[in-house]
Amino acid sequence: MSTTASAMTTSQRRLPGRSPSKTVLFVLASLISLPLLVVVFSIFNPAPEIWRHLLDTVLSEYISNSIKLMLGVGLLSLILGIVPAWLTTMFRFPLSKQLEWALLLPLAMPAYIIAYTYTGVLDASGPIQTLIRDLTGWGFRDYWFPEIRSMGGAITMLAFVLYPYIYLITRAAFINQSVCSLEAARTLGCGPWKVFFRIALPLARPGIIVGLSLVLMETLADYGTVQYFGISAFTTGIFRTWFGLGNSAAAAQLSALLMIFVAVLVYVEYWSRQKQRYHHISTRFSSLVQKPLHGYQAVIATIVCSLPVIAGFIIPVCFQMYWALLTYVDVIDSAFLTQIWHSVLLAALAAVIATALALFMAYGKRHTASTFTRLAVNISGMGYAIPGTVIAVGVMLPLAWVDKMVDSYFRSHFDVSTGLILSGTLFALLFAYTVRFLAVSLKTVDAGLTKIKPSMEEAGRSLGLSEFRLLRKVHIPMMRGSLLAAFLLVFVDVLKELPATLILRPFNFNTLAIRAYELANEERLADAACPSLAIVLVGIIPVIYLSQSISKSRPGHEFNA
Amino acid sequence: MKLMKSKTPELLFSSLMIILVSITFSVTADESDKVINIYSERKEELIKPLLDRFSETTGIKVNMITAKGDALIKRLEIEGKNSPADILLTTDVARLYRAKSLELLQPIESDVIKAIVPANFRDTESTWFGLSLRARVIVYARDRVDPEDLSSYEALADPEWKGRVCVRSSSNAYNQSLVSSMIVHNGLEVTEDWAKGLVDNFARRPKGGDRDQIKAVAVGECDVALVNTYYLGGMLHSDIKAEKAAAEKVGLFWPNQSGRGAHFNVSGIGVTRSAVHVDAATRLIKFLLNDESQAWYAEANYEYPVKSGIPASATLQAWGDYKADPIKLDQLGQHNAEAVRLMDRAGWK
Repeated sequence: MSTTASAMTTSQRRLPGRSPSKTVLFVLASLISLPLLVVVFSIFNPAPEIWRHLLDTVLSEYISNSIKLMLGVGLLSLILGIVPAWLTTMFRFPLSKQLEWALLLPLAMPAYIIAYTYTGVLDASGPIQTLIRDLTGWGFRDYWFPEIRSMGGAITMLAFVLYPYIYLITRAAFINQSVCSLEAARTLGCGPWKVFFRIALPLARPGIIVGLSLVLMETLADYGTVQYFGISAFTTGIFRTWFGLGNSAAAAQLSALLMIFVAVLVYVEYWSRQKQRYHHISTRFSSLVQKPLHGYQAVIATIVCSLPVIAGFIIPVCFQMYWALLTYVDVIDSAFLTQIWHSVLLAALAAVIATALALFMAYGKRHTASTFTRLAVNISGMGYAIPGTVIAVGVMLPLAWVDKMVDSYFRSHFDVSTGLILSGTLFALLFAYTVRFLAVSLKTVDAGLTKIKPSMEEAGRSLGLSEFRLLRKVHIPMMRGSLLAAFLLVFVDVLKELPATLILRPFNFNTLAIRAYELANEERLADAACPSLAIVLVGIIPVIYLSQSISKSRPGHEFNA
Repeated sequence: MKLMKSKTPELLFSSLMIILVSITFSVTADESDKVINIYSERKEELIKPLLDRFSETTGIKVNMITAKGDALIKRLEIEGKNSPADILLTTDVARLYRAKSLELLQPIESDVIKAIVPANFRDTESTWFGLSLRARVIVYARDRVDPEDLSSYEALADPEWKGRVCVRSSSNAYNQSLVSSMIVHNGLEVTEDWAKGLVDNFARRPKGGDRDQIKAVAVGECDVALVNTYYLGGMLHSDIKAEKAAAEKVGLFWPNQSGRGAHFNVSGIGVTRSAVHVDAATRLIKFLLNDESQAWYAEANYEYPVKSGIPASATLQAWGDYKADPIKLDQLGQHNAEAVRLMDRAGWK
């Protein structure tokens, strides 16, 4: 029984151009890139005075703070994600089965909610510091306490809720490596540390990088947390330029700068692994035997794996529950149920669309040689790093243009006004979600796709399967885990999404995230607790389901079940 | 290998699509004058009760979305003449000024409205009107600060307040409007020096909202803070004991009473240029200015009514009488960008 996971150089097989789906792919990718390109094209509308002012005063701080934030969140998320992923995959220790899925729970927690919650708890006027002062009789200046609303605090808050992306993808990678390559290493005399650093980690690298890039993009796009913590990051700069200086052109240009920065990152990452493709040569796996840990080792493993769950989920949820008990009478009404329904509806629709598109695009990208198409697909996956409000503007502009065209056509030919057909509808909102979250589904599906060897496709083709049937009969069944992961990740992300929803929604259309934000933003933390908890509860269901399906996706699972 | 059953996801997909299409097209514009569409920067919680009352008394249905003021203005701008919005509600005057500058608002000529809203709290060309007043005042630690030592916004930059002042970020609209007013009164250079002096006196890097500044004064992180009065009101009536206790530890001081008066901003309203329900919109403005609505602003959110002669709520009465800066508010809008640049230069984060 041998599995060799090798880094092999593939000359990606590309089909001669004959399928019409290529054109469709190009059109789709361009459409999704359009809102982002609208932002980039703002560069051609110069605002030199504002730029001079920004350069003279605040721009360098925006940039350095954003970089610090990225480094900090990236590093902390890597630790919080990879270590438990390795421990829960390889070892058995108390609560390890529960922690497997519990480690994903912080995914359901919106970053701004966890930031508000921890501030309420740890701030100088919060219960902990008040208790310290009451017990000791000290004044505020007589003792040291970590300041939650600081760069360190922002890094911690973001890492607490973002590490699950890395955990999720890395764990899937560890599981897929199967026991064979690891055991082979062990028989060759590698100790557990060596196996981890020499074999498992390098093999999981593509997955880790995918997770990390999602974390970093989300960090760059975050506005709620940094704004509340008073950190002048790039996003706060964008909105300050727009709202404060009243210059939306310069704000769009700042966003364009952000996109260029992300594009460079994406390219460097792509370039660094260009030569490597990871395919398992053997399709036979033995099930992984988890090594039981005993004594202090087991205790340490349990503690290490519980910490992220306790910090990123249990503590904030407990405080939310306490506040919810104080306020639920006033907050929960029929409108609240409607908001739950709206949130779920939007999240489900957006997740279906984003997953279907990702499958189509990832598959198409693999089989098309056209540089333009590949470029368009790559651009359309960059929206994750752009603040939702900026994407919303990028979505509104082209839709309003279409509306105007249709309207003036009908006015001149039929003398009726069609008004706004697309703007201000759920279509606009779902379009924005797709632009913003396609990166998540695209990367997840892409990662799943690389597991399918070109030889399998060739076998299918040689049996006379059409492209579409090949996708249905080979890819979709083999990628079920990845597709499900993509669907559920987008679902949870949309559930938490705020800024694009806020500005693009139709009249009277409220969601849980909007409700939670409106109350928390008025600094009414207690009142915001019910909608926040509802987001978390609705989000937990898919997260648990996701975790179960990953455990089941373990190679060899069906053979040994 | 087990092949996936393909029926279920397809069925799911198509039913979701049907839901999507039906919802999309059910949200169509209603042309009758029995409906009014609002883009509101004011949070739903802080306006909906009044709007519900309006619908009850007039039979006019109110549709609303809430979002950040500038995002709503952008949406209005992009939607152009086809925008469904009849009304723009904002929580400060700079947004109204901006909407007017972008030619998104239309004048509403009504002597009734003009008689209620004092001239400095409405647009000269009647494109927008203030609805409620928001005062920016100094709060101080009752146990450490003698209110006799307080006098004006200007004096907070004096060396005696070094390391004792808390105020939120200069990204906040009310800080911007306060600084705009000082540019108008004292000139750009004097105000910039003042801002630098104030930044020198900060007890901590600006962060959090106004309630956070009040809490910081209460725990002793700073001695004085600049805040809007209604946040203090909200805390005094909070369900959370700690918030209430913090609010009770601070006193409210009306600054510049021997000079121009305290700084006031407004939450306001304008009728959009694209409005098709202008009559209903005008009725709404009048409704929001009637005695009952005006009293509600004070009762529900501790704001000051824009209409004179409304009996003050108990909370407002406790804060005492005040003299307000009579500055014409559109000047605040004019100087907003200048104020932001000034604060950038002064290092006010």
